[in-house]
Amino acid sequence: MTTATARISRPGHTAAKPARTAKSRERALAWARRAPLLPALVFLIVVTQLPFVVTLIISFLNWNSLSPTKTAFAGLENYVTVLTDPDLRQAIFTTILLTVSVVLASLLIGLGLALLLDKKFIGRGLARTLLIAPFLVVPVAAALIWKHALLNPAYGLVNGILTWLWSLFGSATPPQLDLLSQAPLAAVAVSLVWQWTPFMMLILLAGLQSRPMDTVEAAQMDGATPWAIFRHLTLPHLRQYLELGGLLGAIYIVQNFDSVFTLTAGGLGTANLPYAIYQTFYYANEYGLASAAGVVVVIGTIIVATFALRTVFSLFKKEAAR
Amino acid sequence: MSTLTPAAPRNTIPAAAGNTGSRRRGKTRMDPTRNNTAAGIAAWLLALLFASPVVWMILTSFHSETDAATNPPSVAASLTLDAYREFFGETSGVSPWPSLINSATASILSTVLVLVLAIPAAYALSIRPVKKWTDVMFFFLSTKMMPVVAAILPLYLFARTVGALDNIWFLILMYTSMNLPIAVWMMRSFLAEVPEEMLEAAQIDGANLLLILRKVIAPVAMPGIAATALICFIFSWNELLLARVLTGVVAGTAPVFLTGFVSGQGLFLAKVCAAAVVISLPVLFAGFAAQDKLVQGLSLGAVK
Amino acid sequence: MRPKMRAASLAAGALCVALSASACAGAGGGNAAGDPNSINVLMVNNPQMEDLQRLTADNFTKETGIKVNYTVLPENDVRAKISQEFSSQAGQYDVASLSNYEIPFYSANGWLAPLDAVATDPEFEQDDILPAYTASLTGADGKLYGEPFYGESSFLMFRKDILDAKGLTMPEKPTWDQVADIAAKADGAAPGMKGICLRGQPGWGQVFAPLTTVVNTFGGTWFDKDWNAQVNSPEFTAATDFYTKLVREHGEAGAAQAGFTECLNNMSQGKVAMWYDATSAAGALEADASPVKGKIGYAQAPVKETSSSGWLWTWSWAAQAASKKQDAAAKFIAWASSKDYEQLVAAKLGWAKVPSGKRISTYENTDFQKAAPFFKAERFAIENADPKNPGTQPRPAVGIQFVGIPEFAALGTNVSQGVSSAIAGQGSVADALAKGQQAAQKVGNKYKQP
Repeated sequence: MTTATARISRPGHTAAKPARTAKSRERALAWARRAPLLPALVFLIVVTQLPFVVTLIISFLNWNSLSPTKTAFAGLENYVTVLTDPDLRQAIFTTILLTVSVVLASLLIGLGLALLLDKKFIGRGLARTLLIAPFLVVPVAAALIWKHALLNPAYGLVNGILTWLWSLFGSATPPQLDLLSQAPLAAVAVSLVWQWTPFMMLILLAGLQSRPMDTVEAAQMDGATPWAIFRHLTLPHLRQYLELGGLLGAIYIVQNFDSVFTLTAGGLGTANLPYAIYQTFYYANEYGLASAAGVVVVIGTIIVATFALRTVFSLFKKEAAR
Repeated sequence: MSTLTPAAPRNTIPAAAGNTGSRRRGKTRMDPTRNNTAAGIAAWLLALLFASPVVWMILTSFHSETDAATNPPSVAASLTLDAYREFFGETSGVSPWPSLINSATASILSTVLVLVLAIPAAYALSIRPVKKWTDVMFFFLSTKMMPVVAAILPLYLFARTVGALDNIWFLILMYTSMNLPIAVWMMRSFLAEVPEEMLEAAQIDGANLLLILRKVIAPVAMPGIAATALICFIFSWNELLLARVLTGVVAGTAPVFLTGFVSGQGLFLAKVCAAAVVISLPVLFAGFAAQDKLVQGLSLGAVK
Repeated sequence: MRPKMRAASLAAGALCVALSASACAGAGGGNAAGDPNSINVLMVNNPQMEDLQRLTADNFTKETGIKVNYTVLPENDVRAKISQEFSSQAGQYDVASLSNYEIPFYSANGWLAPLDAVATDPEFEQDDILPAYTASLTGADGKLYGEPFYGESSFLMFRKDILDAKGLTMPEKPTWDQVADIAAKADGAAPGMKGICLRGQPGWGQVFAPLTTVVNTFGGTWFDKDWNAQVNSPEFTAATDFYTKLVREHGEAGAAQAGFTECLNNMSQGKVAMWYDATSAAGALEADASPVKGKIGYAQAPVKETSSSGWLWTWSWAAQAASKKQDAAAKFIAWASSKDYEQLVAAKLGWAKVPSGKRISTYENTDFQKAAPFFKAERFAIENADPKNPGTQPRPAVGIQFVGIPEFAALGTNVSQGVSSAIAGQGSVADALAKGQQAAQKVGNKYKQP
């Protein structure tokens, strides 16, 4: 169309010129499309990639901040250590376990809550307000509450409730749980699920409230069971919301640091990658090793994310067809 | 389970159903009352369960330190404002206001900056997409894959060299880069919902960019912008690690101030609860006030 | 919606202007960088430091005109921040609360400024400071790099009334076997009471502070004088087995999570009959508000093969070498560690809250003696602590409850995870120490002479 317009508006010219003008017009258009993107892109590149390059450089050094005079080039030594150190490998496993369990649990519970909140009942607004409260508390404060006010074996609420329940039956020897010592990773996971379920719930609730009700009504008229409606109509519509929730949740929970740091200080097998890196930086003061671990995390996450986003996610497939 | 007989026309309200749902097109709720009550009860039980730690936190903040640390926990202990007085510096002489102001500044300004950068970027990725926009989206996401802990050292060294340590503006830049990818992702989805027909119609009518922005895009995207702004504000306000490392005496934020109450050598539960309540208040208010917008905004197909 | 957005941006703009009008870098503390009459202090949030923070403005700042901006953080956080600050010599803070663990090797790296101005100040009376601390805060070059704010050793605190009721006597210098015996008998002496409280929380400064002293007195050590790791030696294993068994059988609930605060709580609320920990705990136990005030007896740290086993620790002030306000910093340090400051705290908050344990004159003050019935036991413990020779064999580095090398923080914390697991019943002591031996040998190899 552009070529045609060019030819019409410039009658005296030969056919070659319009082609070149058309090309430069196309390029100008392409740049006009890119222009709004550039500020954000440039900003992000400068602020995130430059530090990443520096981290990369440091990862090739043998740098312990407590012995600054012994800093030396170390080649791939740090990477070898990262991949063979049993503690760091355990951290990788812990991170994967924690992320998968928390994301799945909060998605499932969030879905259930969203389905419940989708229906009308008395005080629905207030119930929803109560349900999003966990997400709005400052995470480090939430972790402190879980550690000291809820799970503390001596004076936490969980044990207090057990004591009270058992006393109702006249027993003076209630079972006292010590979740932080007996099942530390589960304790961290529970506190994370508690914090992130509201987030998932809101995303899924939005999805539920945006589905077209005509088909649902038609299906109901045809006598379809609620389960069939859910499986064949609701779930497919929710798929991109589930993916969005899962993706965002995974990204944030892989990076989670405050909860592990506060609840267990990485002890008893709960050290995830961010905590392991923190420990390497600040306890061991091994800057080179910690940087190498960071780079390994980035590469690993990019590999996983590439597969996930390209093959699994309908988000991109559907939009790519747009 | 349906209360409608197959032959009944859709718009007739069956007498026996007790259905009081509104009949807005496309948003009809046709659940019978029985399911509603069951759902209501279940939802309320779960809501109370989820909110109980928060309620406990608020209750503990009104107890004295020794009462807060008893087993079994004393629910009915006398209420006192001691913890709040300590938080506001009556005994220690340290005011929490500077850190609260710093948090507010950092969160608000970084959110504004994020929106200024993200909305045009999202426009360029949805309404008039550039070539290979999926790659750009992936790049944005990949910047969030580096654990902040690992990148802290270069940032610290840079800030130290440039003299930007303990400076709220540097923190604002960091928070902006932290939230920008998520904001772009969210805004892109919202802007992608602007109906193409309306855009084309406006273009054919000869409307210029500004007019299109104001009349066509803004109404559809406003809930989305509000939702994105809220999420960015929440994440900036809650951020602890960068603030602790990059700030010092002048630019300390509220979460850092909160951790100062966690003493290794004395009782601190009531104080920490009080601090947590006060510091979470802005986010709680923002969240509660805007939860409608949040749900609406997150609804990626609100206009369908 | 748009008027709301406009209001929001107006508010943001107003904030901007307000900030630019003030320090421009943030809302706290005023212009910290250039003002020669203000210093920045980074310190741990122990009660004594918080009292200092409270009393500074009306006393130090009024007298000298020097404004002090404090940053107060929990111990783990403050150590991380201090390490980053001092190793990069960022110059953000002028003074920090360091301990006798870091000061030797921080000073060796040239990160600290010598405190000659304070040490030679006649008003400060360096001779009044307990020699043990002056020695442990002196660098390899003979200069003094730290001044103690408060110091402590460790001893055994027990409920006199409970032990009396059970007909048990605690000798002044008990052995660990005697203590284990008493703990077994005191178990259940009152409803819900256990025999003893011992730290179990992971951390080189948490479980390993008391545990290393037990190791020392059982004849074990982290490293022998040639830097061979001895973590899974029979003595170290025996000590850890003993400690773990004692706390599992007669110790507090939730021991694997119990640190100083949890045990203080347990002791105050009558949930345990004895507590082996820092002497500074006694101050809290004898405070006016303490439910167990006046009921506590004090014995020396239990021993086995050595004549003493109490640790030596001091939170001290050190000045960063990169600080441009050395004079003001020296003035602050001289004030905070001075006799006058102790008198001030005594007058305003009571003798129990005085940051004690560092000055001979304090121990000889009759008012202090009255308010601190533990003063004799504490002074004896501190004066008999020997960081150079705490055990039955020579050591390659100083330190009683730690090894004075930078790697020990990570090593100790690493091994402590396994020990805490064993205390929680989720792993054996042998496994924990085997892993610990490997980790320790790696560190030892770094220090061995080729």
